[in-house]
Amino acid sequence: MKKRFLAIFLVLTLALTLLAGCGKKPSEPAAPEAASPPEADAQALQELNVGVAQDFDSLDPHHATAAGTKEVLFNLFEGLVKPTSEGQLVPAVASDVKVSDDGLTYTFTLRQGVKFHNGDTVDMQDVVFSIDRNRIAADGGAALIPALAVIQDLTYDDTTLTLTLSEPSLELLSYLTLAILPADYEEQETAPVGTGPFKYVSRQAQDNMVIERFEDYWGTPAKLDKVTFRIIENVEGLVMGLQSGALDLVMHLTSTQTAQLSEKDFHVEVGSMNLVQALYLNNAVTPFDDVRVRQALCYGVDKQDIIDRAFDGYGIPLGTSMFPSFGKYYDESLTDYYTHDVEKAKALLADAGYPNGFDMTITVPSNYQPHVDTAEVLKEQLKDIGVNVTILPVEWGVWLSDVYGARQFESTITGLTSDNMTARKLLERFGSQIGNNFTNYNNSEYDEILAKAVTSTSDEEQTALYRQLEKNLTENAANVYLQDMADLVAVRNGVEGLTFYPLYVLDVSTLYWAS
Amino acid sequence: MKYTLKRIALLLITMLLVSFLTFSAFDLVSGDPAQTKLGTEATPERLEALRHMWGLDQPFFTRYFRWLAGFFSGDLGVSYHYSKPVWELIASKVEVTLCMCLLSFLIIVVVSIPLGIGSYRLVGGPFDWLRTAFNQLCMAVPPFFTGMLVSYGFGIVLRFFVPGNVPDLHTQFGAAIRHLFFAAVCIAIPRIAMTIRMMRSTVISEMNKPYVRTAISRGNDRHAVLTRHVLKNSLVSTVTFLGQTMAEIVGGSIVVEQVFGIPGLGRFLVASIGYRDYPVVQTIVVILAFWVVAVGTLADLLNQRIDPRLRLGGRV
Repeated sequence: MKKRFLAIFLVLTLALTLLAGCGKKPSEPAAPEAASPPEADAQALQELNVGVAQDFDSLDPHHATAAGTKEVLFNLFEGLVKPTSEGQLVPAVASDVKVSDDGLTYTFTLRQGVKFHNGDTVDMQDVVFSIDRNRIAADGGAALIPALAVIQDLTYDDTTLTLTLSEPSLELLSYLTLAILPADYEEQETAPVGTGPFKYVSRQAQDNMVIERFEDYWGTPAKLDKVTFRIIENVEGLVMGLQSGALDLVMHLTSTQTAQLSEKDFHVEVGSMNLVQALYLNNAVTPFDDVRVRQALCYGVDKQDIIDRAFDGYGIPLGTSMFPSFGKYYDESLTDYYTHDVEKAKALLADAGYPNGFDMTITVPSNYQPHVDTAEVLKEQLKDIGVNVTILPVEWGVWLSDVYGARQFESTITGLTSDNMTARKLLERFGSQIGNNFTNYNNSEYDEILAKAVTSTSDEEQTALYRQLEKNLTENAANVYLQDMADLVAVRNGVEGLTFYPLYVLDVSTLYWAS
Repeated sequence: MKYTLKRIALLLITMLLVSFLTFSAFDLVSGDPAQTKLGTEATPERLEALRHMWGLDQPFFTRYFRWLAGFFSGDLGVSYHYSKPVWELIASKVEVTLCMCLLSFLIIVVVSIPLGIGSYRLVGGPFDWLRTAFNQLCMAVPPFFTGMLVSYGFGIVLRFFVPGNVPDLHTQFGAAIRHLFFAAVCIAIPRIAMTIRMMRSTVISEMNKPYVRTAISRGNDRHAVLTRHVLKNSLVSTVTFLGQTMAEIVGGSIVVEQVFGIPGLGRFLVASIGYRDYPVVQTIVVILAFWVVAVGTLADLLNQRIDPRLRLGGRV
């Protein structure tokens, strides 16, 4: 019995050895043809593989919060109005928008014959459902978009929707880019349905999401047939995917990464991330509650040096919580309010009672390499003014709960965006009574201007007020504003039509393979 | 039989302990799934609502026993991050990881056992030092490094497979296995080196035992003694070692999946820990722990069949 068992075991081992010896080798030469460069086939079919660095948090556009998710969902959904690449809002699911002179009544006309991806025609019930889903608090919770609270009354018939506001809100339209979804459809989270130029096909967690052109789209049809978003969370993986042919386009790369790609296969397009990268200070903790200390840090930091050393020169220096894509709202003169000046910084520190500097901790989300790199350069720079920096890398989840949620931090580096193209979003968060004011900035003058600005009825007046807010942030050195980071996009040669938006989105509907 | 039952009971207790430890680990680390899910748009009200929906406002033991009850009734829960049943999410990933691990194990067995026995013949020979040096090198290089080299060499230069694009295991079985093969080799290399070293030293120590001297002095040739007696006696430690190897492979797969962009359990586990997606992490950890413990149990039971002394409760 024992012997037979042993014999069988040995024979099996031997057989496997032989099998492997014969089996593995002949299969290898066959490999190259089977794995022929995928881009050749993709081109014929107008298919595109896009690499993304993180998985999507929710496919329900009203619940998605991560910038990396919204960037992709932009292709599946539309609101009553939608943004263009020039930053204008144009009618989408609505065919026409009228605003009364007093700014209190908005009238939308529903575009006829707009179809959902499931084949149903969009009717007014769907529109009202979608707005109410964001406007009215679910039981026990808060409204998804608190700014919609200004809508006092909502009346509609089959073709027109009238919104009556309790007070004027110049930015209401920006919020009405919110996605129009089929009323009472329960599976948005797992099988999303919208009206955009692409429709959802499938998704594998931590692996990919596939979308296809929506043939019944009301507007300019997309050129590509199919787009696959591949999720590759490791940084080398994205570059390797491009080199191997698994990916055709990757956004948000660093200059180190794009340098590894051959010019024969790829070109790099440079846009802007449309965010405010800064050393955000917790204004409520010592020593950052002293304006002189914050100003000293501003003088001690050399923005251009950071851009040169950590970003190979790509990036636009900023001096306040606003970036150039916002056009009239952006006050460029604030950028050089604090010029790099070590002596002035030291004098300010001495004045504030820190003649020998102090120790501080910068908490950085470790999954964002650019922020980590920035922290390294800052550490070097601040040494010159006697400030000793300890860099504390934390996971994104920890950053969200400890830094952003609980405000348990001294300083942090991150980038803040405005996902709906309102200047308000970038400035409102520094109001002392605002829930997401994680820097604890507390300035009564700022609060007063902010209150005036959001209810202003004149565009001109509002713009002026917003610029005052920017100036207030700069003068009081609320944070050490650094730059609007450059967005480097690697695109396979042959793929054309990439459009940059003043938003964090990737519009794949304009992309195509040039023959 | 009694022994088998005892082992299975031990297995269950270990699993319970593991699940409890993972569950409590999340109570100790910083980070909140609701906050992670809502990101920078979290408001206290929305956080509260989510926590309530997920039952995170319940006391620790209530949550643990609720999870345990669900687990035993086949309900693994719903992922926080993906709002989908956990099993639906991980089923395809279990297949991928299992395929890769089995492939890797096969490679290890097939390569290292013949080489391990063969390397005994080099003992004292002029090339023994070369073998030792090469073996040390293979053991020292971590799988993620070989992984990077292999991805670049075989993937990008030679184009035997496309890094970052694993074909579907169901529709393109051959192509998927070819992709996984390269990853499996990277996991296997250090373990092959270790198995060879282990086999070599076991064979040497057996060959120095009195029964071998007796057998040879009775006129048997060395080769016959080696195959008929020594190998049989080396089998127990080999099986034990291969059992450990099976467990180690799973650990290696977590790293290698990241490098090769393979959508397996390891990659999913790492990402889910980042999202604080407790139901997913809990399930994957239990699966991995089960794998490790079950393989160990299997190796023990197998050894019992091989060596009767173990069956009687003795020691080798």
